[in-house]
Amino acid sequence: MVVEKDMNKTRPKHLALHKIKLPLAGYVSILHRVSGAILFLALPLLLAMLDQSLRSIETFTNLAEYLDHALVKLALIGMLWAFLHHFFAGLRYLAIDLHLLHGLSGARASSRWVLAVSLALTVVMGVKLW
Amino acid sequence: MVNRIVTGAHYGLRDWLAQRVTAAVMAVYVSAVAGWALLQPALGYDVWTELFSGNMMRSFSLLFLLSLFYHAWIGVRDIVMDYVKPASVRLLIHVSVILALILYVIWAVQILWGL
Ligand code: HEM
Repeated sequence: MVVEKDMNKTRPKHLALHKIKLPLAGYVSILHRVSGAILFLALPLLLAMLDQSLRSIETFTNLAEYLDHALVKLALIGMLWAFLHHFFAGLRYLAIDLHLLHGLSGARASSRWVLAVSLALTVVMGVKLW
Repeated sequence: MVNRIVTGAHYGLRDWLAQRVTAAVMAVYVSAVAGWALLQPALGYDVWTELFSGNMMRSFSLLFLLSLFYHAWIGVRDIVMDYVKPASVRLLIHVSVILALILYVIWAVQILWGL
């Protein structure tokens, strides 16, 4: 129980970000955090878009026109990546928690898949959007 | 090993579980809507509003959004606890996030039921 006592004493932890060097799974993990934060900040925009898309045919058309601007599209593609990365990295965590993935090799291979699939889907959907 | 029970006192395990359950709910909803979108020959205003016209879809959409907000709360709280040290700033951010999320809940109901 000594361990637990010490654990509680040193929590919550504060991390020295600039000192940390990461393996591949570490990048998936930090990007999962970054993408989660982006999605949270984007929530009012996403809700506003849902609102406008459903309210009336006029607001729907206005929204479609607005989303057609190049800069807006870039932002959308950024959010799309954030979502896709968060989604697949999230599924990876769920798989790990359910013991569907094990060991270092499983962690590495799945990290590679998460990065690759979310980037590839972002490109495919981004090209379609453009 | 420490014997901790999820439904017992608040060990943090409860939030951990909630974050996973809400993640699973969102994953199912998003996959279903994405699958639906892929099956549509064209995505216009008519099919889009048709999708959200029934109470069933509205309810599941609200369930999705409530899961999302709860999930986001746990996630943002974890992030803030990791990087924000002063208790006062932390409290301020926590309260702002909670209030924003409560507003989003009200907004979500208004959007879905067209108030
Ligand atoms: C289908 C959709 C989603 C899935 C499958 C998912 C999955 C997950 C999982 C499993 C975690 C826990 C990771 C961990 O404990 O290390 C997590 C954390 C988090 N999620 Fe999600 N999530 C989804 C959508 C969202 C959305 C829409 C938001 C934003 C509004 C969001 C924001 C966050 C945040 C901020 C964290 C905390 C990250 C951290 O502590 O590093 N998630 N997500």
